[in-house]
Amino acid sequence: MKLSMNWLSDFTDVKDVDIKAYCDRMTDTGSKVEGYETLAEDISGVVCGHVLSVEKHPDADKLVVCSVDIGRDAPVQIVTAATNVTPGAVVPVATDGSHLPGGVKIKKGKLRGVVSEGMFCSIAELGLTLHDMPGAIEDGILILGDCGLGDIAPGTDMKEALLLTDNVVEFEITSNRPDCLSVIGLGRESAVSFDRDFTVKAPEVKHIDDGDTVENHIKVDIKAPDLCYRYSAAVVKNVRIKPSPLWLRMRLRASGVRPINNIVDITNYVMLEYGQPMHAFDYACLEGKHIIVRRAEDNEEYVTLDNIKHNLNTDMLVIADEKKPVALAGVMGGANSGISDSTVKVVFESAVFNGGNVRRSAKALGMRTESSSRFEKGLDAEGTMNALKRACELVNLLDAGDVVADFIDCYPEKKEAFKMELCPETINTFLGTDMTEEFMKDTLCKLAFEVDGNTITVPSFRDDVRCMNDVAEEVIRIYGYNSIVSTGFSSGLAEGGRTEMQKYALDAEEALVGMGADQIETFSFISPKYYDKIRLAADDPRRKSVVIMNPLGEDTSVMRTTALPSILEVLALNYNRKNRDVFLFELGSVYLPKGDDELPDEPRRITLGLLDYTKDQLGFYRMKGYIEALLDRMGVRGVSYKANSDESAFHPGRCASVMVDGKCIGVFGELHPETADNYGFGNVRVLAAELDFDMMFELRFTDMGYTPLPKYPALERDFSFVCEEALEAGSIEACIKKAGGAVLESAKLFDVYRGPQVGEGKKSLSFEVKLRAADKTLSDSEADTVVEKILGKISEEFGIELRK
Amino acid sequence: MKEKLLSIKEAAMAALSAPDCDIEAIRVQYLGKKGELTAVLRGMGALTPEERPIIGQMANDVRAEIEEAIAKMGEAAKSALIEKKLREEKLDVTQPGIPVSVGHKHLLAKVQHDLEDIFIGMGFTIAEGPEVEYDYYNFQALNIPPDHPARDTQDTFYITDNILLRSQTSPVQARVMENTEPPIRIISPGRVYRSDAVDATHSPLFHQMEGLVVDKGITMGDLKGTLEIFARHLFGEDTKVRFRPHHFPFTEPSAEVDLSCFACGGKGCRLCKGEGWIEILGAGMVHPNVLRCCGIDPEVYSGFAFGLGVERAALLKYHIDDMRLLYENDVRFLSQF
Repeated sequence: MKLSMNWLSDFTDVKDVDIKAYCDRMTDTGSKVEGYETLAEDISGVVCGHVLSVEKHPDADKLVVCSVDIGRDAPVQIVTAATNVTPGAVVPVATDGSHLPGGVKIKKGKLRGVVSEGMFCSIAELGLTLHDMPGAIEDGILILGDCGLGDIAPGTDMKEALLLTDNVVEFEITSNRPDCLSVIGLGRESAVSFDRDFTVKAPEVKHIDDGDTVENHIKVDIKAPDLCYRYSAAVVKNVRIKPSPLWLRMRLRASGVRPINNIVDITNYVMLEYGQPMHAFDYACLEGKHIIVRRAEDNEEYVTLDNIKHNLNTDMLVIADEKKPVALAGVMGGANSGISDSTVKVVFESAVFNGGNVRRSAKALGMRTESSSRFEKGLDAEGTMNALKRACELVNLLDAGDVVADFIDCYPEKKEAFKMELCPETINTFLGTDMTEEFMKDTLCKLAFEVDGNTITVPSFRDDVRCMNDVAEEVIRIYGYNSIVSTGFSSGLAEGGRTEMQKYALDAEEALVGMGADQIETFSFISPKYYDKIRLAADDPRRKSVVIMNPLGEDTSVMRTTALPSILEVLALNYNRKNRDVFLFELGSVYLPKGDDELPDEPRRITLGLLDYTKDQLGFYRMKGYIEALLDRMGVRGVSYKANSDESAFHPGRCASVMVDGKCIGVFGELHPETADNYGFGNVRVLAAELDFDMMFELRFTDMGYTPLPKYPALERDFSFVCEEALEAGSIEACIKKAGGAVLESAKLFDVYRGPQVGEGKKSLSFEVKLRAADKTLSDSEADTVVEKILGKISEEFGIELRK
Repeated sequence: MKEKLLSIKEAAMAALSAPDCDIEAIRVQYLGKKGELTAVLRGMGALTPEERPIIGQMANDVRAEIEEAIAKMGEAAKSALIEKKLREEKLDVTQPGIPVSVGHKHLLAKVQHDLEDIFIGMGFTIAEGPEVEYDYYNFQALNIPPDHPARDTQDTFYITDNILLRSQTSPVQARVMENTEPPIRIISPGRVYRSDAVDATHSPLFHQMEGLVVDKGITMGDLKGTLEIFARHLFGEDTKVRFRPHHFPFTEPSAEVDLSCFACGGKGCRLCKGEGWIEILGAGMVHPNVLRCCGIDPEVYSGFAFGLGVERAALLKYHIDDMRLLYENDVRFLSQF
């Protein structure tokens, strides 16, 4: 909302307040100021000139030399190329040393040898348009007489004469205060904020005394009282369409509204002043002398003022005559009933519609207008008549036509005034303040509340005030939010902290950072094409995502069911940017749909991603190392790894499931070459993992206790076995552990050898085995017995012997 | 015999006096199991009983002398060796160390944890809730009736007519109030979604952190006190807090909260656009309709709530001018924090 300070002064006087101080105080009392602009700030030294004579330039065919009276002792000489300047013309003159918009500075100079003491101005040079100055021309000097301004005395400052000087303050009005989308509303707020008087003169309308009344012209029926609370109307006949006077045009201009003609300008002026949208119909276009406020019919056609055809439905409210809709209620008038130069009779509409309905209709038709954005916030049905009368008063004032006697006012159900108790003590306790009762009552009175003892009546335009909190806000915003003294909770201590799960998540992040991984944050929504990129089978259940009805685009249209594609995208971005050391993790949610009306599950996942540039092909084991370390650090025990050739994103021979207690808690591996291709990975192997973080939390070992350090030494034995390539080290290790019994402390694979000494298709696996008894030093012979048992079991189970 | 012993002694001493002699080889040659002195001693059997003690004594003396000479020589040689080693092993300490990769928390996680810690210190716990949420909790329970402008599909992503991506973390407050008897003192950080196209200052997904306190006798002064502590922790001891009236459907009175600009201290600079203040929080006293809707009697209890954007706090604190960097995850960006 742009507020002209000149206009504001019709209602309250804050002229003595510095504009910056005004803005700050208004923000502090609840009308947030976005900024302000001093209009015509960059214009100076432009005065009114009366052209005395126009002579040919001695040396230039296209120039003329004018003698101009600018109110000084002697006329000044101005050389111009303009062709529309004639003796007697009244024009704006930028004198020597003057400034014009855009930083233009005018100086005395010579044009083809003839002195020119300034310049005549066009409308554009003064920052004006044809709408602001009807009658002027665009490609010549502004001849003030053409705009009805020929009687300005020479030497008059043009900024004053053209009413260009104004401060415009732009407010951001919150949706609960539609009353402040008006000069009067902001006038009231200004007056309260600066403790000034505030007066709104009741409009006085002079009706034409010819025996004619409004009923002779029109009747109004509200067929949908649930959507139209009040409909007031007036008829103006003998309409004289012409430009509005300068003062009105300049106020509209300052408010950011383009002047059109007197009737249209009046509707806009009243909307800005009273906050009540007005509409003017050309009476000639109304059929049947009848205005009907009704729901539209399904597929009823309607063309708005901007010549766009719409198909309406029964959810929408229209203003219709007996044949057709002439306006979409509260949104926009129809092309069939707009004001034109030939309009001779108009109907002014001042009505209040259901806000929600206006909002839905405007949204459905994709046209939010100044009018609809006001109605949707809920306007005051008590306000229609004042606005209507103000419009008619302006018709009188502008001599725009003759106002027919009487008004039409359909008001099916008068709005009840809302009364409530004022309890100053409760308000002070609630806010932590000590405002006096007197201050509270005085403030409320100034805000148009009626105060009777401790009963207050809320003004009809303040539907946002309904309870103690609302009243508290009304008084504290004037008293000053910043006058509230800061305190601590009187209720004292409370136990703060993180839950076990929250601590666990923090630990996991710390652990991964400690291992050298960088944490990433990616969007929760992805493109459904990402499932193709990671090669999910067509019937993979993970393809069933929570789908966004109104996504920004396909790229962000479904909620991810796996976090793998997200990290792969980030790996690809870093790969393409030639970043080398890239090891990433994310701890984030995935969204697994359930029933149609149920919320999805949102389990969390840890994803890991690694670009492996080494030539040794050990990337898989690097990734596995990180996973082993993470799970160890996070208390997940009893982990085993199972080859997994079914995860289509991964290389079928280089992918494993992470198993705990027979449950799969995650999958990792090297990307399938085709997956890698889909992301454009060239000369790098990409390793990735996705672990179920919630399962890790569930399965974690929590009963951390102390195990005494061993008292007796351990015996170490190394075994090497030659076996077929396909035999998994894990199964030999498991067998050793099982056969070793209580004294087997650990069995670790420490070397794998492939080569001519063991033969094609075979490998040699070397294990270090540690044996230790808790209660004594093991003798060599005791150890030998265990070793024999282990070797026997290995031979029996796998048919392999110690490497010779 | 005697002569032999003496000549051995002389020969050994001569060998030891030679420059760069091999001490160990000399020891082996003269004193070793198969050495010359040992050979002489083995020949003692051929001596007369009278000669034996004399020669024996003499042989022992010779041995002791040679051993002593060797020991002396050994110490000198050892220190020479160490010196040589130290000299040869000098390193260029300006060469880089062997890299140990260090990871980094994401800036958003870092800032969020910082924020959490401030409030945990004031006795808050962390509440979490679903991101895919019922319309009821995201709007209706928060005093945002149907047809409120904040509900425009322009702003909110919908899954069905009743289910949406939460546009704020406030639904967590409603859920907590529904299930918890006051006193309540929670913060709820997390992802929220709005239908804004990505640019330098907008993202369809961002993080909010909201706080809620409900108890008997909670005042707006308590809200100010809490946010002042928060502001000082996050942006420094001298940070000042300013409240401006505002409107939110779920609080009344409501305020927008500015902090004095930590870059210029309030004098006005580029960061605060010359204002001296930076808007960072929304706050207010919980609307009685919200309390009532969640089963809490507003006649008995009062409360306050506040919320801020984690991205905004992060961008401001670390002087980052483009929000997109946060979700792009270029490691050259990630590794700066």
